[in-house]
Formats: sequence, structure tokens, C-alpha cells
Amino acid sequence: MLLAQIQFEQRKGDTCESENGFCPSWIGDNFERYVDPFWQHVFLTVTAVVLGFVIAFALALLAHRKRWLIPPISVTSQVLYGIPSVALFLLLLPATGRGNTTALIALVSYTLVFVFVNVSTGLDGVPEDSIDAARGMGLTENQLLWRVEVPLALPEIFAGLRIATTTTVGLAALAFFAGAGGLGEPIYRDIGFKSNVAVAGGLCVLLAAVLDLAILHAQRMLTPWRRATP
Amino acid sequence: MSPPNTDSEEGSVSGGNVAATLEFREATKRYPGQDEPAVDHLSLEVPAGEICVFVGPSGCGKTTAMRMVNRMIDITEGDILLDGTSVRERRPAELRRQIGYAIQQIGLFPHLTIADNIATVPKLLGWPKDRIDSRVDELLELVSLDPHETRSRYPAQLSGGQRQRVGVARALAVDPPLMLMDEPFGAIDPINRERLQNEFLRLQQEIRKTVVFVTHDIDEAIKMGDKIAVLQKGGTLAQFASPAELLAYPKGKFVEDFVGADRALKRLALQRVRDVDLWKAPLAREGEPVQGLRAKISDADIDIPLLVDDAGRPQGWLSKRAMSGERVTKDLRSPAHPVVELDDILRDALSDLLESEAQYGPVVDEHGRVQGVLSLEVLAHALQIPPDQVPSGADAAPAH
Ligand SMILES: Nc1ncnc2c1ncn2[C@@H]1O[C@H](COP(=O)(O)OP(=O)(O)OP(=O)(O)O)[C@@H](O)[C@H]1O
Ligand SMILES: [Mg+2]
Repeated sequence: MLLAQIQFEQRKGDTCESENGFCPSWIGDNFERYVDPFWQHVFLTVTAVVLGFVIAFALALLAHRKRWLIPPISVTSQVLYGIPSVALFLLLLPATGRGNTTALIALVSYTLVFVFVNVSTGLDGVPEDSIDAARGMGLTENQLLWRVEVPLALPEIFAGLRIATTTTVGLAALAFFAGAGGLGEPIYRDIGFKSNVAVAGGLCVLLAAVLDLAILHAQRMLTPWRRATP
Repeated sequence: MSPPNTDSEEGSVSGGNVAATLEFREATKRYPGQDEPAVDHLSLEVPAGEICVFVGPSGCGKTTAMRMVNRMIDITEGDILLDGTSVRERRPAELRRQIGYAIQQIGLFPHLTIADNIATVPKLLGWPKDRIDSRVDELLELVSLDPHETRSRYPAQLSGGQRQRVGVARALAVDPPLMLMDEPFGAIDPINRERLQNEFLRLQQEIRKTVVFVTHDIDEAIKMGDKIAVLQKGGTLAQFASPAELLAYPKGKFVEDFVGADRALKRLALQRVRDVDLWKAPLAREGEPVQGLRAKISDADIDIPLLVDDAGRPQGWLSKRAMSGERVTKDLRSPAHPVVELDDILRDALSDLLESEAQYGPVVDEHGRVQGVLSLEVLAHALQIPPDQVPSGADAAPAH
């Protein structure tokens, strides 16, 4: 069933193509075959990052109040991250079947560790004197969290989000093992053909770069104080 | 000595909010796992509108005692009453919003502008935006910061002294009837600390808050306090008295040692330059007839003329040569340094004189106009005043 996916394609045409070279004309003619996998890749990445972020962020806030939760959660997320990705896709297949669900479960698992660790360190790094002043002025614990601690942890949180996103773009290239498509599919179908790998791989890199820049931009908008120079 | 000044403009800044009375009643704190209490049956009363300083060596429980007031630390035993009501009966967050809180580390929020930092509690209380805006500007002016320049900056863009002022402004934001200040000027260099202390005393003349002020520096305690509570290791109260009383009659060996052998000298902190009889200096203006100046000299306490500008600000001490012609020329023998202010306490003025290796210095009012001359002799004379005639601490606070 898996191997059926990875069928080698028969290409006919000029020498460039038969020699598996980098052929601009072939790319021009065949570009639209990458459009659907690209959007599927975007869908997988964004969905996984958003879900993973929400879950890990919530866990980190919980662990911030109940410190004893930190070790079990970080160990679990690290173990999840430690499972080789292809193995995780394959492990999940019998339980959740082929398709987006399986792919997303695996991808989300991989984002957890980055977001959880960074939100936790970010919250722990909030200056003690700001927290004391906040409490002393009568902020409740919730107000302290949302008005002081989370804003001050934003640089760390965004750093975690960026690593999670870039990693997920890469891992989503393996999602086709779970039958969820993405740019990995065209790559592995004809992995010896330079033109094919260049386009699909290039789109992955481009996607990672665009998402990273978007997050970086959001971070700069949300943390103007970081740019305030004395 | 002039009587303490009472005609301050009350109401404008304090918004009509009255100061609270504060009473410690056998208040005790035992931290879990510690044999000795950190604060041991502390009883004292702070009348409304007075500054009460907690002073003592490190670890004697000053911070603990202060933080029990706004329930940042739970009281183990005994009680603390704010305007007669136990703080234990109040919800901590609600209680704290009514108590100004300023700490040595300041704790400004790095991610908020100065205006938003100051607006923290007003926002919690749901003030409308325009009221907050005008209050922020008012407070910035109150602590001698330019609202236009400061409002939209971030804490990292201010100097230590400016941040400390913002901390005080933030603590005053909703005009709380009680202020808690834990070594608020502790992290500031001596020159700026002296300035901030003076500013705060001046401010206090206007706002008349009840203040609990923690310090480990006896000189600061004497300067700032209406009343001083000396605490000793184990959190017991060694003495509770006015600064003058403390210096004149220290109770027991611990207080005596803590106050120091130079008690007489420390009394200089209880008087301001405006309280002593200054010397009269012959004031000279450039171009005035030398004849007239000679007449002024014979009439003055000092025979070296002080050159002043048109606004009466000191320019320097004139040399003999300046008077060799018909008219006075700008020929200085030394600069007018140090310049002492009427509001300075005598101790600070003395240290200014000694630092500049000067025998005397011109005294100026708040507009910088010369009012007289302060000399080492005048200071020595002030030291002769018997203890019971020395004014009590911040009562001798500056005018205007
Ligand atoms: N959270 C705490 N848990 C246990 N012991 C504490 C705690 N906070 C303070 N102490 C102890 O209580 C005593 C009083 O401490 P406190 O901070 O009130 O002293 P302080 O007079 O403010 O000292 P300093 O001048 O150094 O600030 C000290 O012996 C200190 O070690
Ligand atoms: Mg302390």
C-alpha cells in the first residue's frame, strides 16, 4: 500500500529530462502539478502549528501554576519528539488510518516540545521585581498572567513558535507516508529527477521562509518595547 | 528657626483623598521552619499624614513588617488596622489597590510605556481614558519629569533616578491614603538620592500621605521620618520615637550603637538651611560703583563681595582687583561653589561645603536668587542648640 504511492514515473522527452537534470522548460510545463501538494502542505503545517501551539501553550500556563506538572509534561513532549517521524506515522496508521488525522496527530506531537519549553522558560524569566510590583499594586493572579507575565514572555514564546513552524514544514514533507499528501509526495515519487526535487524542495524552503518572516513580523508588532533603545 | 510651613496647596494633587491611620497591634510573623519570629509582637501607631520609618540592620524584619500591611505577607498573629479596620478582613487585591507600593527594585513593567506603567491601578479600577491621561501628566509633573518627553518612553530608556521617580508616581496614581515604600531610593547614587529625598519631602508637604518608609540607613531615617521605629534582630521594636528624641535620648545600647557616636552631628539632619541665621553677604553687580559696594561690605558679615547677575543668581566671589577702578569689574577670585539651597538639610549642606573644601557658600531660594551665606561657623552654632529645641524630623520640611 505504501509502496504503491512511491511509483516511479516514466518521463519521455529531451536529453535533459532523460538525464534527470535541471530543466527549466520541464518545470515551466509541469508547474501546476505542484500547486495542490503545496496547498496541502500549507494546510498541514498551519493546522499542526496552530493546534500544537494552543495545546502546548495551555499546558505551559497550567504548569506555570502547578509546578509539579513541568517534569512529566516536558518528558512526555520530549519523548514524543524523540520518536523517529516516519515511525510515528506508521505507528499511528493502524489506529487512525490514512489521511490528515494521522498526519496532524504526528505533526502536532512534534511541535509540543518547542512551544511548551519556550513558553515555560519565557514565563520563568519574567523579572521577579515586576511580578512583586504587580501583586503589590493589586493585580489578581489572572491579571498578572495576562498583563505582565505573558507579554514579557512573548520573545521566548515567538522563538518557540518559529522553531516549531520551520520544523513542521520539514516534517510535513513526510506526511505522504500517512497518506496525507503534501510536497513530500512529488519529491519521493521521482527523487532522482533534479528538476522535480528542486521545485518541490524549493517550495518547502519558500514556505518555511514566508511563515518565519510572517511570525517575525507579528513578533515585532507585538513587542515594540524590545526595539526601544536607551 | 522658623515654624514649620503649613500653607501648602492641599487638595489639588491629593484629590481630596484623606490619609489613613495605621496601627500595628502585636503584629507577629513567623516564617515556616524558622525558630525566631521575623517580626515579634510589633505594636505602634502611625497618625494620618505622617511618615513612619522602619529602620534597623539587615534581616531585622523591616520588609516583613511593611509587607504585612498590604497582605503581601500573611500575619501569623496579632493584627494591623487601617483606619480602624483589620487588613485581614479585606480582599488582598482590593486592599492593595488602595495602598501605594514602591520598592527598591522599582519593578516597572519593561513592556509598558511610562504612561501605561503609571496607569496600571487606574486601569484596574476602570477609570475613563481621559481621566487617566490627565492624571498621568499630573503625576509626571509632580515627580519633576516632563510629561511630553517621558510619557511614551519605555522604562529601559530612562535613567535610574528617572525610573525611581516613575515608581513613586505609579504608587501615587490613584491617590492612595497610605504608601508603602521599601528602600525606594536604595539603589540610587548619593547625589540623586539626596535630590529624590528632598523631592519626596516636598511632595509630602503637598499630598500629606501616611507613609511607611523602610530603610537600613539611619541618616535617611532621621531625614525622612516624622517617627522612627528602630527594629532589632528578631523583629522586636527597640524604640519608637521622633528623630530628635531618638538622637537625644536613644533607648538602650542597641539603639545608641545603631544611631552612632556622631549623634550630635546627625542632628544637623533635623534642620534646614532656612531655619538658621545666615550670614549677610555683600552682593555686587558688574558695573556698579565701587564706592557703594565698599559701604555694603562694611555692613556685611563677610568682607568678600559676591557677584550676582541681573536675576540675583550667584556668579562668583570677587577679587580685590575687581574693585580697583571706579566700577566693579568681573574679576573673580573663585567660583560661587557650592551653592546651597534654602531647603537643604544642614547635614547635606555641610557635606557639600566639606566636599568643595569651602568655608562658606551662597544660599539661594527656589528661583536661584541669593538669600545669604552659609558658613562652617553658622553650622557649628546650629550644633549648640539643645536637643529639645530641635524641630521634629519632617516637620521641618521645606516650604512651597
Ligand atoms: N520568605 C521568607 N521565608 C523565610 N524566611 C524569611 C522570608 N523572608 C524573610 N525571611 C527572614 O525573616 C527575617 C526578616 O527578613 P526581612 O526581609 O523582613 O528583613 P529586612 O529587615 O527587610 O532586611 P534587609 O534590610 O536585608 O532588607 C530574616 O531573617 C529573613 O531571613
Ligand atoms: Mg528588606
